[in-house]
Amino acid sequence: MPVTETSRQREDFRALVRDQLPRLYALARVLVGSEAEDAVQDCMVKALEHYEQLHDPGAGAAWLKTILVNCCHDRLRARARQPEPVDFDDREAEGFSLYRKIAYEDPFPYSDSVHLDFLYGFSRDDVRAVLLALPDIYRIPLVLVHMEGYLAKETATLLQVPLGTVLSRLQRGRKAFEKGMWDYAQTHGLLKEGVR
Amino acid sequence: MISCSEAVDRLWAYLDATVGHDERQEMEEHLALCLRCCGELEFAVALRRFLADSEREDVPPDVLARLRGTLEELGP
Repeated sequence: MPVTETSRQREDFRALVRDQLPRLYALARVLVGSEAEDAVQDCMVKALEHYEQLHDPGAGAAWLKTILVNCCHDRLRARARQPEPVDFDDREAEGFSLYRKIAYEDPFPYSDSVHLDFLYGFSRDDVRAVLLALPDIYRIPLVLVHMEGYLAKETATLLQVPLGTVLSRLQRGRKAFEKGMWDYAQTHGLLKEGVR
Repeated sequence: MISCSEAVDRLWAYLDATVGHDERQEMEEHLALCLRCCGELEFAVALRRFLADSEREDVPPDVLARLRGTLEELGP
């Protein structure tokens, strides 16, 4: 039986998505946490609906990633409409320097590289937990720019906000992330010598 | 010359090359004279690299199986 154009396209689509599933899921985990699987499912459905718009097969991975970011963004917007207790005060993070905090507190007095040892105490799960504790408006630009390699300008387009807003959220998000790292290390026993 | 706190505030934007020409020059003048902010800069580089490397995650096998199942069921 001859292979039809439609069935070939569907197979190409499945091959593309199958190949990207681990990357998509990892990104969704840091963007929407426990809703990651649902977000990837949304992404697959949307991607199939618009597959004819993908003209360059080489751009498939980036195309899928963009769709996933939009799906995660939609989920976060829906979540933001539901009242949720807010316990994050970003004024606390203003002026915070993790570098200075580590130097001042000196959690590993026998270390020659106390700053790096601090970072190496964190597993990927720990970093994800710190990121997920940040408000969405800070976490999303931080993840897109510093983990996914988007430019600030591209992030602004993707999130449909002005470039200045993205730059300011990156700046505050970075401070909040540094403060979050320190607080997490304190509360999860990562400030003890030889913890890993 | 800009203060240490101004320099630290601009550090990541400086590394991202999203600061203007004058701000970049002010940063470089500051860094040329301030050892502590050079330490901040080195740490910022390490922290950004650490963050970039933290994303990879192994998909739990049951999740991957469900997602693959959905993928196979998609379409007419």
